[in-house]
Amino acid sequence: MRMAEIVMGIAMGVFSLYLMWKSAELPIGWIAGEGPGGGSWPFWLSAIMLLCCFAIVYRGVKRLTPESRSEEPFMTDQTIKLFALNAGSLAVMIGLFHIVGAYGAIPAFLIFYLRFMGGHSWRLTGIFAFFTPIATFLFFEIALQKTLPKGYTDPWFEPIFAFFY
Amino acid sequence: MEIFELLINGFVIAFEPLNLALIILGCAVGLFIGAMPGLGSVNGVAILLPMTFLVPPTSAIIFLGAIYYGAMYGGAISSIMLGIPGASTAVATTFDGRPMALQGHADKALVAAATASFVGGSVGVILFTLFAPPLAEVALTFGSPEIFSLMLMAFATFVGLGGDDIPKTLFSICIGLVLGAVGLDIISGEPRLIFGGITGFFHGINFLVLAIGIYGIAEMLWTIEVSQGKVMISQATVTYKRTMNALRELMGTWKTMLMGSFLGYFVGILPAAGATPGALMAYGVAKTTAKDPETYGKGNINGIVAPESANNAASTGAMLPMLTLGIPGSPTTAILLGGMVIWGLEPGPLVFTNHPDFVWGFIASLYAANLFALLINIAFIPAFIWVLRLPFTILAPIIFILCIVGGFVPTMDMHDVWLMLIFGVVGYLMRKLDYPMAPAVLAIVLGPLAEPALRQSLLISGGSFSIFFTRPFASVFMAIAFVLLALPLLKKLLDRKPAAEKAE
Repeated sequence: MRMAEIVMGIAMGVFSLYLMWKSAELPIGWIAGEGPGGGSWPFWLSAIMLLCCFAIVYRGVKRLTPESRSEEPFMTDQTIKLFALNAGSLAVMIGLFHIVGAYGAIPAFLIFYLRFMGGHSWRLTGIFAFFTPIATFLFFEIALQKTLPKGYTDPWFEPIFAFFY
Repeated sequence: MEIFELLINGFVIAFEPLNLALIILGCAVGLFIGAMPGLGSVNGVAILLPMTFLVPPTSAIIFLGAIYYGAMYGGAISSIMLGIPGASTAVATTFDGRPMALQGHADKALVAAATASFVGGSVGVILFTLFAPPLAEVALTFGSPEIFSLMLMAFATFVGLGGDDIPKTLFSICIGLVLGAVGLDIISGEPRLIFGGITGFFHGINFLVLAIGIYGIAEMLWTIEVSQGKVMISQATVTYKRTMNALRELMGTWKTMLMGSFLGYFVGILPAAGATPGALMAYGVAKTTAKDPETYGKGNINGIVAPESANNAASTGAMLPMLTLGIPGSPTTAILLGGMVIWGLEPGPLVFTNHPDFVWGFIASLYAANLFALLINIAFIPAFIWVLRLPFTILAPIIFILCIVGGFVPTMDMHDVWLMLIFGVVGYLMRKLDYPMAPAVLAIVLGPLAEPALRQSLLISGGSFSIFFTRPFASVFMAIAFVLLALPLLKKLLDRKPAAEKAE
């Protein structure tokens, strides 16, 4: 846990430095007649973030926080597996939005999650995988008129929209 | 008298068929969300906010207000039935609710939680009706320096009273403010922090992307880790006779209910405090002042009544600064405030004069939501118990899909969905290291309001910070902010003194 705290502090410190550098692309000082430059607000806030990161790392090294005194691992093997499966399947689903669209990605995600992660029956998995995209379509596309990404499946929806409108 | 007339008008709006239907639906949805382990009002409001674009702003806030109320009621259900708080606001309810459930009195505990929530909510909304208009009138005199110093005070409250690690709290506030600055500079119009010209950053980072990332994805990852998908549910028998007996027994707890309601309301008004410390404080006061403190933690009904009345009153209290000053009192109200911006309403005191239908319709809807949440809660206790029996492996993917689609809808940009996943993953890792996340969400909402207030103030004063110390209201807010910022240091010094004395 202590190592994770220090690594996170350093990573966030580097990110703060990057934000300071990017903010400084706009003026960070006083501009006559205009007031503070456009980069001043994020620059000085990032500078405070950097100072906080120094304090976080220092406190971690000196074991001044409960996390840095904890002997527990940051993530157990089981936690890493659960985290990787959940976050990974979410990333794959979002990636699939670009290719097969929401109505291909959602059933694929549900089949993976319910059948292979949850161990549910094919019948229950099928019911959810079939009806969830239909409910999503009716609510978002028909009721809210918000178009979800369809990827290469876009032409398949033309007759469906023709039916509703 | 004028307040009474405005409230009557508000009731006319709240009882329009669409609004009434949304109140009932919102309460039911909120109850289910609140009852799910790990999810609370903030998750429900964040995930469902994108669904409100179909209805007018008044109906939208009425719906979200009802979800907020419903979720505050629902949090107690999983605390009692599963021993897992539905949200942090219901942590104190677990102390006595779980032992009561294990002793076979789950129905009594659930009725006590629902009734106390109703009393807390009622006291809260009455105080809200009385305090909101005068406070809004005072706030009308505020200029940029007052607004900025008020926001600084809100952030300082997180440092002074939040109880979290101070460098991590400050980091969380600042990163929220920086993320709120991404996009085009409001004065020069030049692109700012667009990270190598990525077009998705030009429209800025919608606060919902961060809110759903943290309160949807990160929270679900956290719940999956903590519960490992396995929860044990208590058995409950719910009959009319047992419910009436429970209600009769509750008559003896009215003092605790009122104490919890008033304490919760005033704690809820404080920006960083919200319902969680309100509920814990009410539990502490009830236990300290009780004749039988040894029975607390073993199934004392007052141990449920105190935190439940307090957290519902606090949730209403948190809306007071949101509507009157444009400063949210809790993460949920921060998201409601962001919703107001999306619906094209300027948060703050002017809402009372420019949009009275919106404000009073919302206030009146809180009275109705409070009543419907109570009725739905008691009537649907068996249904909630059935839902809680659903394996988490069914609930989790549905919530994940809602998060992803909900993150896409506001801007219709897949860039935001990827960003939301990144915020969710990083938020989860940071939460494991005890970084408080609520200040970041509050900051990304307030950032776009705080920056122009600061720049305008400095422009007026020619670059001198003295403008924040020479105007009466601003100087008071700044003084409070500095006291709050110094509070942790003072506490440390005071703690060291007795330790040194002991050592002598």
